[in-house]
Amino acid sequence: MEQLVNIGIRSIFIENMIFAYFLGMCSYLAVSKKVSTAFGLGLAVVFVLGVTIPINWLIQNYVLTQGALAWVSEDFATMDLTFLQFIVFIAVIAAMTQLTEMVVEKFSPALYGSLGIFLPLIAVNCAILGGSLFMVGRPYNLAEATVYGLGSGIGWMLAIVALAGVREKMKYSNVPAPLRGLGITFILVGLMSLGFLSFMGFSL
Amino acid sequence: MSTATVEKEVVKVKKAEPLFSKKNKKLITNPLDIDNPITVQVLGVCSALAVTTQMKPAFVMALALTVVTASSNGIISLLRNTIPSRIRIIVQLAIVSLWVIMVDQLLKAYVYEIWKQLSVFVGLIITNCIVMGRLEAFAMGNKPGPSVLDGLGNGFGYGMILLIVAFFRELFGGGSIFGFKVFEAMGIHYQGNGLLLLPAGACIVVGIVIWIQRSMNGYRETH
Repeated sequence: MEQLVNIGIRSIFIENMIFAYFLGMCSYLAVSKKVSTAFGLGLAVVFVLGVTIPINWLIQNYVLTQGALAWVSEDFATMDLTFLQFIVFIAVIAAMTQLTEMVVEKFSPALYGSLGIFLPLIAVNCAILGGSLFMVGRPYNLAEATVYGLGSGIGWMLAIVALAGVREKMKYSNVPAPLRGLGITFILVGLMSLGFLSFMGFSL
Repeated sequence: MSTATVEKEVVKVKKAEPLFSKKNKKLITNPLDIDNPITVQVLGVCSALAVTTQMKPAFVMALALTVVTASSNGIISLLRNTIPSRIRIIVQLAIVSLWVIMVDQLLKAYVYEIWKQLSVFVGLIITNCIVMGRLEAFAMGNKPGPSVLDGLGNGFGYGMILLIVAFFRELFGGGSIFGFKVFEAMGIHYQGNGLLLLPAGACIVVGIVIWIQRSMNGYRETH
């Protein structure tokens, strides 16, 4: 249990998807103009990360790694399918986002309306594929992988809501014209990332 | 009558533009400046920040991305009339991931050290918005020739920013360029500025590059 809490805190704060790895930057910069939409996209990312990482963990450990297919028959015991990793993971992610979209549309049309185009866009958010690829490199079990997925999603949501809050207030400040928009946003992200560096001192 | 048709044919022949016409040259030069994928279109930022602590991985990454963008642009453009628009995203993802798998295996075989340094970021070319963005915006509506050029141009534009950012980060962060210790060779003792090697330094360097580029080419964002 303690291990799970540690992984959760580490993935939210210390190894934050945005501030430590720059994953999902494109939608992070594009959708952080308003707090409400940022929050909606954040929730969708938490959900998709929390679902795809355990699924990809199962695929990785029961299909792709060397010897993982031994449960099918003895003949497959030496099979190594890791080269198929990218295409299988991206297929799972695309399928899961499609499924999420359909489920949300069916059961909660209001939420679907407010999330709108952001749901399909998640398929090409690098935080999702990046999360799965990082998970493969670490010795997590299924429960730990799930916590890692949820934690990374929550960290991403935290980052995008915080940036949207700052950018809403930026309207009132006098930024040099060529720096306006993207330039100042990058510098803001840099300063926020500097703040998150203080979590690096924690050892869990 | 016959002369009229001949004339028509001549006009037609003239209309078929050569590969390096003015318009096609623009496909290469625009992404370098006023249509840059990173600083103007805001695509492919994740990897631009993450692989630029040193010049060598930045160079390899830029090369890998250029190959993937140009070739998948070409293939999607060849298939553009047969892909049903409803399932186009998954078709694009499948083709891009095939190219990425090939690039990944090649890098693993020939430059193993750099492949290890790039870690997940080669795989993340699949979800790199430059590739998807160019497929959607250009290759789905244009002929293969210009599409390949557009892919090359955007790859170069991306590589240019990557190398500029990596140059400053490696020079002032680690005191070297392409692993060559510049300050040591000049006989100056230089203590590297660790901030530039951190994620925060990358964002600030990119922000300043955007500032300089926009004050030179006059591009403004209205807010």
